[in-house]
Amino acid sequence: MSDDLKTGVPDFSGWSCPLPLVGYPAIVMGHGGGGKLGNELVEHLFLPAFRNPELENLGDAAVLDLGGGRLAMSTDSFVVQPLFFPGGSIGELAVNGTVNDLAVSGAEPKFLSASFILEEGFPLAQLAAIVEAMAQAAATAGVKIVTGDTKVVERGHGDGCYINTAGVGLLRPGISVSPLHAMPGDAILVSGTIGDHGMAIMSVREGLEFESQIRSDCAALNGMIAEVLAAAGPAVHTMRDPTRGGLASTLNEIALASGVGIEIDEPSLPVRPEVQSACELLGLDPVYVANEGKAVFFVAPEAADIILAILRAHPLGKDAARIGRVTAEHKRMLVARTAMGANRVIPIQIGEQLPRIC
Amino acid sequence: MKYLTEFRNGEIAQRMAREIAAVTTRPWKIMEVCGGQTHSIIKNGIDQMLPTGIEMIHGPGCPVCVTPLELIDKALAIAAQPGVIFCSFGDMLRVPGTEGDLFQVKGAGGDVRVVYSPLDAVDLAVKNPDKEVVFFGVGFETTAPANAMSVHVARRRGLKNFSLLVSHVLVPPAIAAILESPGNKVQGFLLAGHVCSVMGYREYPSLAEKYHIPLVVTGFEPLDLLDGIRRCVIQLEAGRHEVENAYERIVTFYGNQAAQKLLAEVFEVTDRAWRGIGVIPKSGWRLSEAYRAFDAEERFQITGIHTEESPLCRAGDVLRGAIKPAECAAFGKECTPRHPLGATMVSSEGACAAYYNYGRFLSAEELAGAGIGLTGGPNV
Repeated sequence: MSDDLKTGVPDFSGWSCPLPLVGYPAIVMGHGGGGKLGNELVEHLFLPAFRNPELENLGDAAVLDLGGGRLAMSTDSFVVQPLFFPGGSIGELAVNGTVNDLAVSGAEPKFLSASFILEEGFPLAQLAAIVEAMAQAAATAGVKIVTGDTKVVERGHGDGCYINTAGVGLLRPGISVSPLHAMPGDAILVSGTIGDHGMAIMSVREGLEFESQIRSDCAALNGMIAEVLAAAGPAVHTMRDPTRGGLASTLNEIALASGVGIEIDEPSLPVRPEVQSACELLGLDPVYVANEGKAVFFVAPEAADIILAILRAHPLGKDAARIGRVTAEHKRMLVARTAMGANRVIPIQIGEQLPRIC
Repeated sequence: MKYLTEFRNGEIAQRMAREIAAVTTRPWKIMEVCGGQTHSIIKNGIDQMLPTGIEMIHGPGCPVCVTPLELIDKALAIAAQPGVIFCSFGDMLRVPGTEGDLFQVKGAGGDVRVVYSPLDAVDLAVKNPDKEVVFFGVGFETTAPANAMSVHVARRRGLKNFSLLVSHVLVPPAIAAILESPGNKVQGFLLAGHVCSVMGYREYPSLAEKYHIPLVVTGFEPLDLLDGIRRCVIQLEAGRHEVENAYERIVTFYGNQAAQKLLAEVFEVTDRAWRGIGVIPKSGWRLSEAYRAFDAEERFQITGIHTEESPLCRAGDVLRGAIKPAECAAFGKECTPRHPLGATMVSSEGACAAYYNYGRFLSAEELAGAGIGLTGGPNV
């Protein structure tokens, strides 16, 4: 092992950062965990290689000015296991994930592509169920799947079914939301309970099955977001959907991108009791657990109550809550006010969240 | 969340903090033994609620932190072998050995799996008769019963392909070692509630008597911790040194006797090396003669391990309570959770990681510059 690692150490001298990925010369699972390792790949590998102004925005979708109008474009790959879980399947995820990335960029999602990487031996009945779920999710979200691709890999070279979707949408005129636009004074709203999707997946993952009523929150958010933007568009500065890495990773990314401090009131975070209990049991923190049907809004404080009311009136936003504010203090950091009245920093994760020993 | 939310009530916590302030007349240094307690203190900000002068010192009770480097290196070597399924609790995967960690072994093709119970590893051995399944059995008295049960079940089922890489450590000898170390500053202890739920607390009155030190069995929620601290301070102020149980809803004097019976059958007391501290006599468990066939160290005979600790890392001083994490020159500079030099920066229970993650907004420079950690300062 050690010899492989030694010979595998690449030459990092040309890299842009003085602290490159020296600790991990090969890909580890944490590079896909939505935390610091993944960010390092983006910062030190993808960005320097592909550098352009559209990419550098690092939004959930790229904003493209095509002369006649502004377009948003986004892509995402889905490798979830198990493929079917309480509250959904990889099919709904693949559609809603890309729809939501477009929606939180302020765009109206229009068209999607779908690429399938299938493993030899994968049951056609399961593929049909996934495709049916995608068709229904697309209809619900009001988008069309207009192009696609299928590849098959040998048995053992895939995990049944991987899906990539890409999507384009039209940016609404007069709306300018971006992870760069959070500003001191902004109120922070979340559209509902956090951690539902991640714990629903955990509850059925091999080796960890536990009985629970937790269902994934997988849903298309474009309808709810359209209502918010129609009523108070200019007051919305930043929107994100806190998926992999959870609310904490999203808020940390916004704090870094906008160069502001973020304060949240821990007791105000909406968490279902069953999700909280499962997290306690496994030694996990719900702020790091994935969501697939939630949005976070950074809004002008005077518009916060109106937007909260709009969210709560929508079926996907009935548990919406005001959870914190943006501050000029402790720039680039996420700080939580605990129930005890003390402060703690909620850091960016290194890789995957690891269950504790005891 | 019954039995949890009741113990997280902010108003009651503030009232208890005021009670502690009211009975405190001079500075006291109290060590919480268990890493889970350290985690909870920092996460909830309990240290910020305490009156000036009450200083919490973070003890060595983090299994990830005290597992010796040599054993981590053995784990890496075993996990990298073809035909081995290496099972571990999640947070051992990122602990740095001399070269790399278990995540990297996995990335390089090793079959490394996170399990939630040692019995899951036994099931894997049943399902994979052509593989050697090894479970990394580390921890204090808390994790020992489940680890003991795994080899007990493996033997009963006649499994030949299951083994345990064991490094169990025990709390009472560690407390004695800390109290006898030169320059010890600790004046009272919060005993680890989960350890006592297994072992009871009958081992502790002799320690309290010998070292004239109060010992309070303490839980993990904010109100549990504040109650433990309150009782410890009251004893210190009164010049008493007794064993008290502030975690009565879980812990009894005799503990879990069925578990103790199994432990006595499966394990025997041995000298153990503690990472960053050194060998403490009779401070751990290894598999007993009857179960020696399940010892992964015997089965794999890994030799040629040359361990090398970072010369900058002062994890040992942190674990003994001699320094606060921020007093280490490498803290937050060469050593971060992204690039840990020692195990105390890896586990979420490790004192250095807890400080880095939850206390960072005061900045490492401010903490180090002030010569203190977050604790013992004025109320924030």
